[in-house]
Amino acid sequence: MYTLGIDIGSTTSKCVILKDGEEIVAKSIQLGGLGTDGPSAALAELWNASEIKESDIARTTVTGYGRMKFEGGDDEASELTCHALGGRLVYPGLRTVIDIGGQDAKVISLSEDGRMSNFVMNDKCAAGTGRFLDVMANILKMDVNDFGSCAAASTEEIAISSTCTVFAESEVISQLANGVKREDLVAGICTSVAVRVAALARRAGVKELVCMSGGVAKNEAVRRALEKSLDVDIAFDPLAQYFGAIGAARYSYNKLIKQQR
Amino acid sequence: MAEEVKKTPRPVDPNSAKYKLGKIASDAYVDAIEAKKQGKPVVWISSNFPVEIPETLGLATVYPENQAAGIAARGAGQRMCEVAEADGYSNDICAYARISLAYAKLRECPEQEVAMPDALLCCNNICNCMIKWYENLALDLNIPLIMLDIPFNPDYDPTPEIVEYVGAQFWDAVHQLEDIFNIKWDDEKFKEVTGFSCTASRAWLDATSEACHIPSPFNGFDLLNHMAVMVTARGKAEAGEAMNVLLKEYKENHATGKSTFREEEKYRIMFEGIACWPYLRVTSRGLRDRGINMVTTIYADAFGFDYNSFDEMIAAYCSVPNSINLEKSRDKRIKLCKANHVEGLLIHNNRSCKLWSGFMAEMGRQVGAECGIPVAHFDGDQADPRNFSEAQYNTRVEGLMEIMEANK
Repeated sequence: MYTLGIDIGSTTSKCVILKDGEEIVAKSIQLGGLGTDGPSAALAELWNASEIKESDIARTTVTGYGRMKFEGGDDEASELTCHALGGRLVYPGLRTVIDIGGQDAKVISLSEDGRMSNFVMNDKCAAGTGRFLDVMANILKMDVNDFGSCAAASTEEIAISSTCTVFAESEVISQLANGVKREDLVAGICTSVAVRVAALARRAGVKELVCMSGGVAKNEAVRRALEKSLDVDIAFDPLAQYFGAIGAARYSYNKLIKQQR
Repeated sequence: MAEEVKKTPRPVDPNSAKYKLGKIASDAYVDAIEAKKQGKPVVWISSNFPVEIPETLGLATVYPENQAAGIAARGAGQRMCEVAEADGYSNDICAYARISLAYAKLRECPEQEVAMPDALLCCNNICNCMIKWYENLALDLNIPLIMLDIPFNPDYDPTPEIVEYVGAQFWDAVHQLEDIFNIKWDDEKFKEVTGFSCTASRAWLDATSEACHIPSPFNGFDLLNHMAVMVTARGKAEAGEAMNVLLKEYKENHATGKSTFREEEKYRIMFEGIACWPYLRVTSRGLRDRGINMVTTIYADAFGFDYNSFDEMIAAYCSVPNSINLEKSRDKRIKLCKANHVEGLLIHNNRSCKLWSGFMAEMGRQVGAECGIPVAHFDGDQADPRNFSEAQYNTRVEGLMEIMEANK
């Protein structure tokens, strides 16, 4: 049995097909989320890259901020539930998911049996989200994907004290004008994201095993800063950006199984 | 192209609580405008000021908080806020204050006109922003400001000293108003007004407590409309009568299995904080469409002032939600959650109300832990529409619903 999960975020669209609710048999990702052709492009890529046909899909669940505008899914589920389900599939003992996406950051607590038991999300502010890193990458004329390796070369991290993306932007420009090393600045930027998200995590309550999901999970500097701030190991899987889509496909599978009973 | 068919609103039964309460709330504005035309004094008054004073003295009252809520609900919140901001008021200041200060400047707003005041009655049991708001109104309008200092209670209950301190100010306010408007206090009238206020309060609290039934006989968002009467007219005889009709209707609904909540009641939540007036429909529908009924809110109960003596009346005004400590605030909410079989708590982090929202992270944590219910927070504002995102609201409500479903 094949189920499809589609995660339409603010910056990317992800698709995953699960076989029998366990095995990832196809996946795709495209830049462009809500309000763009990203979702249709991600689906086209999915069908092109896999031998599975649309008619083979038993059920489809859509998640992410674009879920309500997308036509063609059988179910909608919040990204909270989907990141919890996706993370739990990859890490069976998972208790805490830290998801930093393009537009928001969330910390999801799971009970011992894997149910979402609590969540905390960021307020109406871009600081502490992927958007903050995008803005900083733009000022530094860097690819945000290079932040992790760049920060690793830092010898004297520069603290970014502003709690607002716009103020932090001018702070970074001032530091560049002061001639600070780019590596030290990038390390400080990553730490400032981590510190804000760590505060959310403490509110939700951190229980191990902890993992990160969402696009920012790939940024090793943010992960390390979060580990330091929370004093826990944070698991990372290359599939982290797909956890929402994996969870959505799993959500479909769970629904089908429930119906069959 | 087919012509759009406009739905005619269903006529409201004049014997219904909805009609009676709506009429009392709208009459309060009309009566004050009429009083002004006749040269009688009008006062603007804070919602948690002892209404017994102006009511006994026969002063026409206008509640700027209620006016601002109405303006915001009718879509003019941002326009009015921007008028105040252009005059230098920060957008971090309470949006009710900004709207009210803008109205004092413009003296018109078609979304809710009011009579201009001859004096201001202010108290700080709501917040301290209220003081500066009213001070500036007094300065702009060049009229007297009468201030009741009702301190925040660090202790669980107001001490006798606090009650004595506020009680003395009560009489001082009375004497000031007697001098300003050349009017006389009447003890018999005072006794009558306190009776009306208690009757209305008891019926109101009894009506809200009907939500203890499963399913609830009403949609909790109804309370946000009906409470306007408790804010603006609780000292009037007709308020008590209308509240008793409301109570009777809710009891009948329960007996006959009816409810004003039109969907199947799948989940029951407590809503924390002042309503998000600019998005009342969005926030209400976001719950209703998912079968979530808001069965209780401390905001509505805050306007039930029940007492048996002068000191108890003063103590009641010292114990409104924003003037009590975390422990008492928490216990009140836990009581409401347990009495009304609440399954989840939705907290409005109201950008306007720093005092109310400031301790909500800890409040939510403690109430959630004690009641074993999930808690979700969303950002919004009581009157400034720029501080709310519908997509973020829906995600949080959906997350809350999914946990409540998993807990069943």
